[in-house]
Parts: sequence; structure tokens; C-alpha cells
Amino acid sequence: MSDGTRDKHDPESPPADEAALSARLARLGRRLDQVGPSRSPEPGPVRSSADASASASGWARGFRLSSELVAGVLVGAGLGWLIDRWLGTLPWGLMLFLLLGFAAGVLNVMRSAGLMSGGVPDSTAERRKD
Amino acid sequence: MADPIHQFEIKKLFTIGNIGGHEIAFTNSALFMVISVGLISALVIGSTSGRGLVPGRLQSVAELSYEFVANTIRSTAGTEGMKFFPLVFSLFMFILVANVIGLVPYTFTVTSHIIVTVSLALLVFVTVLVYGFWKNGLKFLKLFVPSGIPIYILPLIVFIEVLSFLSRPVSHSIRLFANMLAGHITLKVFASFVTMLAGFGIAGWIGAALPLALVVALTALELLVAFLQAYVFTILTCIYLNDAIHPGH
Repeated sequence: MSDGTRDKHDPESPPADEAALSARLARLGRRLDQVGPSRSPEPGPVRSSADASASASGWARGFRLSSELVAGVLVGAGLGWLIDRWLGTLPWGLMLFLLLGFAAGVLNVMRSAGLMSGGVPDSTAERRKD
Repeated sequence: MADPIHQFEIKKLFTIGNIGGHEIAFTNSALFMVISVGLISALVIGSTSGRGLVPGRLQSVAELSYEFVANTIRSTAGTEGMKFFPLVFSLFMFILVANVIGLVPYTFTVTSHIIVTVSLALLVFVTVLVYGFWKNGLKFLKLFVPSGIPIYILPLIVFIEVLSFLSRPVSHSIRLFANMLAGHITLKVFASFVTMLAGFGIAGWIGAALPLALVVALTALELLVAFLQAYVFTILTCIYLNDAIHPGH
């Protein structure tokens, strides 16, 4: 290690170097803080959500919302069909779960629309906030 | 007219072995997955090995992608979400690189197959379930019980919430797969219009300029979609992980 030889040569130099280095790091850190806002240590668990909607185009947003609805209906219908196959009650489980799946799809759409548009008018927003 | 579905065909390149009577083959899909992973590894490992204080071009790309994903996680799932950084970064880079590679003619788009996107979405889904129950125990089930709901409709709401939770991997995977599939079919159809019209002589050549211009514009759009879908997949992953870290709305 070169540090050992340097210590013997000049015992004062390494601490001075380290002090200078840490002073320089602190100075640079201060300057970085001045130039740009420093990263806050804890920005909170819920995102501000304006950034996502600003960068997503209308097509992507529309596709996202419609696929949420379709997924809800599909999962509801699939679950209902599976339950019918187990219990042998063919139309009824499918019908019930299709409706429930539709409700879940609407819930998905409302939730992701609320997440994406910032201000949310309905009560689902209050739940999401805490 | 060229078959627009032909580009999604899976071809066997060579056989690795047999497991329980099933042939395990190395396909063109697997080849392009390996290419994607290789490109990402080359970018991230190769460009950061220099560790320049002032980054070069490639190192900036690697640092920018790190910063981008890290900021997405911090703003969506909080600082605690950073423990999932390796998972989210791998997902984002894999989807982005696979999407962009797919835009090059004669390549295969890995993410245009639903089996790939479903596996990625199920990976996230199972991670959320396992981590949610491991960290919060049964309190994780509070995710399905919203507060401030009258007791007489609570069972119905819980049921709908569970269905909504189960539909997450479906919409998560279908979105990426359908975007890629639709975009590539559209490109192929318009590109085949160019060759069809060009077969009609001089008038056809003039007419072919229109779909050609459209193909150029669509390619630009597809590049945007390739990035956007990777980003949407990533941000949804973060939102779902946030539910596992902080359950109970």
C-alpha cells in the first residue's frame, strides 16, 4: 500500500489531504444543491401523478383504461365459468361473475383514471391518499 | 399480399433436450431474449466498467436509465420501494430493449407473444403477493377492505376488490402484448400496400408514395409506443409493489 510509505515520508500530508478532500466534497455538495433541488430523502409513498399523465399520450391513456375494463370483465367471466365447471351450475355463476367482473373493471378504470389525472372528484381518491 | 401474422411465427432453431416427453427447443424467441439480455448486460456492465467521474456517451446512457427507473420507483412507491430496484430495472430494460429490437426489420418481437408478457406480469403479481404477506402478514388483506364503507355492502365490495386485484396481471400483460401485436401488424399491412401498388406500373409507383410515407410515420409512432409501453409496464409494477409495501388505502 502506498499509504504506508507516504505516512513514513510525511506524516502530516495524508490527514491534510483527507481534510482537503472532505472540504472539497462538502463544497461540491453545496454547489450541487444550489444548482438543482436536492433529492428529498422521503418524497412520500404516493406519487404526485402529474408526471405520468403529462408524459403519456392520449392513445396510451385510452388503451390503458380500456384494457383495465376488459381485464375486469374477462377475469370475472373466467372465474364464473370455472366455478360453473366445478359445481355444474352452468349459466348462473357465469352471469353473476360477469356482472361482478364488470363492476371490478369499472373500479379499475376509475382507480387508474384517478391515479393518472391528479385531482380526483370521487371518494375512491380519499381512500387512495392515506 | 404478405401474411402479416407470419412475423410472429416461432421457429425451432435447435433442441436442447427432452423433459418428460416434451421437447425443450431453443427457438427464435429465445434467441432474441438472449440478444436483449446480452445487449443490456453489455451496456450496463461494459459502460460502467470505466467508472469515469465525467461519464462518456455509453456511461451516460447507463446512468440515465438508472436515474430514470430510480426516480420512477421513488415517486411511485417511495424510498422503501428501492429494495425492488433490481426487479423493476430488469423488467424495464428487458421490455424496452425487446420492443426496440423488434422494430428492426427481419427481427422477432419477443413481447408480441402473450406468453412472455403474462410470465412477466405474473412475476410481478406473485412478488406482490409473497412480499405483501411476508411483510404485513394478514394486514395485507386490508387491501381488499376499503374504509368508510357501510357494513351491509362490505361483502360485495370486498368481492369486487378481490376480482379487481385478480384482473391486474391480465390487464398488465394484455396491454403490452396487444400494443406490440397491433403495431407490428399495422406496419406489415401498410408496408405490403407499398409493394402491391408498385406492381401496377407508373401510376402505382406514385400511389405507393402514400403508404410509404405512412409506414415511415408509423415507425416513428411505434418507437414511441415501444418506449411508452415499457414505461407503463414499469410504473404499474411500481404501483402494485406500493400496495405490497403500504397496504390498506
